[in-house]
Amino acid sequence: MSKKLIRLADCCMAFDGELVLDHINLYFNDSEFLTLLGPSGCGKTTTLRIIGGFLTPTSGEVLFDGARINDIPPNLRQVNTVFQRYALFPHLNVFENVAFGLRIPKTADDGRKKVRVPEEEIRSRVLEMLEVVSLKGFERRRINELSGGQQQRVAIARALVNRPKVLLLDEPLGALDLRLRKDMQSELKRIQQQLGITFIYVTHDQEEALAMSDTIVVMDQGRIQQIGTPEDIYNEPKNAFVADFIGESNILDGVMHEDYVVEFFNRKFKCLDKGFAPMESVDVVIRPEDIDIVPQEKGQLRGTVTSVTFKGVHYDTIVDFKGFKWLIQTTDYHPEGETIGIVLNPDDIHIMRKSEYSGMFGDYSSYSEEYEEIGGFDGAEEAAREAGHEE
Amino acid sequence: MRNKRALFAVPYVGWMALFVLAPIVMVVIYAFSAASGGFTLDNFARMGTYAVVFARSFKLALIATAVCLLVGYPVAYMISREGPRFQRIAMMLVMLPMWMNFLLRTYSWMSILENTGLLNRFFSAVGLIGLVNRLCGTDLAYFPMINTQGAVVLGMVYNYLPFMILPIYSVIEKLDGSLLEAARDLGANSARVFLRVILPLSLPGVLSGVTMVFVPSVSTFAISKLLGGSNELLLGDLIEQQFLGTAYNPYLGSAIALVMMVIVVVCMAVMNRFGEGEEQAVML
Repeated sequence: MSKKLIRLADCCMAFDGELVLDHINLYFNDSEFLTLLGPSGCGKTTTLRIIGGFLTPTSGEVLFDGARINDIPPNLRQVNTVFQRYALFPHLNVFENVAFGLRIPKTADDGRKKVRVPEEEIRSRVLEMLEVVSLKGFERRRINELSGGQQQRVAIARALVNRPKVLLLDEPLGALDLRLRKDMQSELKRIQQQLGITFIYVTHDQEEALAMSDTIVVMDQGRIQQIGTPEDIYNEPKNAFVADFIGESNILDGVMHEDYVVEFFNRKFKCLDKGFAPMESVDVVIRPEDIDIVPQEKGQLRGTVTSVTFKGVHYDTIVDFKGFKWLIQTTDYHPEGETIGIVLNPDDIHIMRKSEYSGMFGDYSSYSEEYEEIGGFDGAEEAAREAGHEE
Repeated sequence: MRNKRALFAVPYVGWMALFVLAPIVMVVIYAFSAASGGFTLDNFARMGTYAVVFARSFKLALIATAVCLLVGYPVAYMISREGPRFQRIAMMLVMLPMWMNFLLRTYSWMSILENTGLLNRFFSAVGLIGLVNRLCGTDLAYFPMINTQGAVVLGMVYNYLPFMILPIYSVIEKLDGSLLEAARDLGANSARVFLRVILPLSLPGVLSGVTMVFVPSVSTFAISKLLGGSNELLLGDLIEQQFLGTAYNPYLGSAIALVMMVIVVVCMAVMNRFGEGEEQAVML
C-alpha cells in the first residue's frame, strides 16, 4: 500500500521575502489519511495549496506519481479540495454543485479529444456520492437552505465525485460546533476508508488529528517538527514543541547520567530511553495523566497543590514542586494547599534531546494563559471562565 | 411607537410624501382630467399619435443600455481583478466625468459632433471625408453626425456608462475568491470559471446597472434635444413640450408621463423577477 503518490522535494515558499516553508521534504502515500498539524502560520495551509496547485513553490519540486507538477494548473491536477469555508456555488442547487466537476469535458488519455461525461452517468454518480455523504433527497435544495454540516457534506461530495487520487481538506470542520465536528470526524474517516483514496487533512486541532490520521506531520515555523503515527507523536514527541502542541505536557530540564537513568530535581529516575551522551542535558516530558498522586511520605517528589479545576472526567491539579508548577490529571480530588507526593514509573518519563524549543513550553506557572494559547477557541473560553472564578 | 428609532425616518418620509408621492398623485389626477375640468380618458386616446415617439424612446434607450452593458461589463470585470490601488484609481477615472455638469458634458459632445465640429474638422484635415467621397461617389462636405439617433445613443452611453460599471464592479469585486478557486479545483479553465461562476453571480449587478441606465435613458430630454435636434424627439422632449413648450397641455403631458412610468415599472418588475434567484444567491 505504501506507494509514494505525492512528494515534496526540498520545497521552499516565500511571500515578500518571508520564508513560510523552509525546505520541506515530505511524501504522501497512496490511500493514507495524513494530517498536517500545527498552529496558525506554521505553513500547513501553504503546503496544501502547493499540492492543490494554487501556489507554486519558490524553490523545490512537487512530484505526482513521479512526475513534476509544479507548473500544472489546479484544473488539470488529479487532486480536489474541500475548502475551509466550503466555497459552494450559491447560484446552483446541491445536485448542480456536486455535478460541477463532472460537467467539464475532460481531455481523454489517448488523444486530444475532449470527452463529456454522459448525463445519465453524471446523474448516477452524483446521486451515489450524495448517498455516501448521507444527503440523499437533498438534490434540489439551494445551498443557503442547508445547515453548516450539510454544506460541509456537499463540499465533500463535490470534491469526491470527480474520483480524485487525492482529496485535500483545509480545516473543513473548523466552522462546525463540537458535536457535529465529532460526528464528521468519524464520517470522514469512514468515507476515506470506503473509497480508499489519499486524504491530506490540515488542522490545528490536535485531538482531531489524533482521532483520524494514519500519519501526522507536525509543523511549526515552516518546518516539519515530527512525522509519525498518532501514537508515536503522542508517546514519543521529538521536541518540546511537539510535546506541548500534542496534548498537555510537563517539560523540565534533566540530565542523562547513563542509559535508562535520568536526573531531575536532584533526583535520579529510571526511564526507558538510551543512546544519549553521558551527562547530556535533555528535556524530560511527563504527561499529566501519567502521574500518580500518593500520600506525601510515599512520594518520590513532594509538592503543594496550588489550584484544582474540575474537568468532568478528571481534575486538573496544579502542583508546585520547588517553584516549578506541574499539571497533574487524576480522578481523585486533592484540595488546594494540600501537600502531596507523586510517583513516576519508568515508562511515564519521556526523554527528548534539547532543541530550539527547550524552555519555551511545559511550565504551568501561568496556567490559564497557557490554556488559552493551546486550547484554541474552546480553551480560551474556558480559561476566561476560570480566570473569572479565581478572583 | 413600536420602534423608537422610526422617529429618525420622519424627515425622509415627510420629504418623500411632499416631493415624490404628492407629485405622482398630481400627475395621475391631471392625466385623467380635461382642460375644462372633470374626468376624461381623452388624454390617453390622443396618445396614439405619439406611438412613434414611444417606440423611438424605448428603442434608443434599449440600444444605449445594451452598448453600456457590452462596454461596461468587461471594464468592470477587468478593474475588479486588479490590485486595490489600481481599482481605486480606475474607479475614480470612471466617475470623473460625473463630477462635471451634465449639460456641460452634453454641450461638449454637441461641439464635437457638429457639422463644423471638432470631429468633422479632424476628418477633413486627415482627408477621410475626401476618401469616402471618392470611394462611395458621394459629395459630402462633412459627416452628418449631430441630430441623428446615433448621436443620441452616444450621448446616453457617455452619460450613463458609469451607472453600468459601478454596480457590476462592486458585485464582482465582492465575489468570494474561494468560489473561483473551487471552480478551478474542479477542473474549470478560465473561460468556464467566468461563464459558470462569475457571470451568473454578477447578474444582480447587471440588473441594477441595466435599470440605472435604462430608466434615465428612456426619459431623457436634454440629450435628445442637444444631440438629436428636432428630428429625434423622445418621450422626455414630448413631455417637456406639454409643460414648458408652445403646445402647453399639462393634461396630455401627465398622461404620457404616467404611461411611460407604468411601462418602465412593468419592465423592471419582469426583469427583477427573472433575476430573483440570483439576487437571493448573492444575499447568502
